[in-house]
Amino acid sequence: MIQKGKNSNGVKGMTIIVKTIASWVKVLIFLFGIYIIIFGHLTPGGGFAGGVILASSYVLLMLAFGREFVEKNLPLPLASKLDCLGAFLFAMIAVLGFVFGGTFFVNFLVEKYGQPLELLSAGTIPLSNIAIGLKVGASLFLVILTLSIFRSDVSSNKKG
Amino acid sequence: MSEFYILLLFIIIAAVVAVETKNLLSSVICVGAIGFGGSLMFLFLRAPDIAITQIVVEVLGLIILIRATISRDRTFITGDREFFGMVVSIVVIFVIFLAGIKVFETLPDFGTAIFSKVPEAASQTYISEGLAKTGAANIVTSVILDFRAYDTLGEATVLFTSIIGATVILRRKPKKLLEEMDQ
Repeated sequence: MIQKGKNSNGVKGMTIIVKTIASWVKVLIFLFGIYIIIFGHLTPGGGFAGGVILASSYVLLMLAFGREFVEKNLPLPLASKLDCLGAFLFAMIAVLGFVFGGTFFVNFLVEKYGQPLELLSAGTIPLSNIAIGLKVGASLFLVILTLSIFRSDVSSNKKG
Repeated sequence: MSEFYILLLFIIIAAVVAVETKNLLSSVICVGAIGFGGSLMFLFLRAPDIAITQIVVEVLGLIILIRATISRDRTFITGDREFFGMVVSIVVIFVIFLAGIKVFETLPDFGTAIFSKVPEAASQTYISEGLAKTGAANIVTSVILDFRAYDTLGEATVLFTSIIGATVILRRKPKKLLEEMDQ
């Protein structure tokens, strides 16, 4: 019954226990994703893993509260724009390396700020991590949202 | 070393069950078990970057697969195997196995670095000069975003293109237009 999108009381999503736990845990998962992205040049992790964690916090919300709730929080056009913004930022960092350093993708900021092992260090690497995290998180969120819309359309067509 | 063989046995058993089981949901769960076993292996090999990525992608992929398969009507797969197809696949697997033995002879032992066999390998340069040249304490990040940033650009392009394609094919609007045209 729960998987059909409505439980016995006719409320969207899962039971109140799952909803309460999810609303507490989602913040921690989102923060962990941001930590993995921002500290990607110091500790294990990076843009890709952190982006997937960001997307999975929204997937948790979608499983607990239903698709409409998540679509209200992060609409599909906005997620698509974030996806494009991340890809554009990553390409821009590469092109800026060409402009300022003479070579495509050169790390032109490496000597401008920070010592190694500090949070603000490593030139363009943290910026690239943020861009990739934005891109991967938004695009994986898009995939799951699109697949679930597709699935619900197929099932509603079957019923009708 | 023995934990690798235990994990490897676990992964092989899970793979065989995933292929042979008739129930789609248990097949998906076995695929998830393969992924978690691989993640544990990366952790034992002291590759935490890959282990984090593997376990996170595995969780997300498992959720997608379970949501995609849990409400399908056709969860049982039946049918006999063709004799000719089975013979061809066994021959192909055997040939790949022989080629694999040849390939693995050239690799260094499991768990040792590549520059123990090839001293002038590029990875040694990355390890010795990575921190000074890029300022990133995490060598893996300094390789994928500085020394080998083209690879990351290609990977990001592949992901971007595939997701644009999936979104365009599966979006809701053209279906509504088609329904209106039908009416």
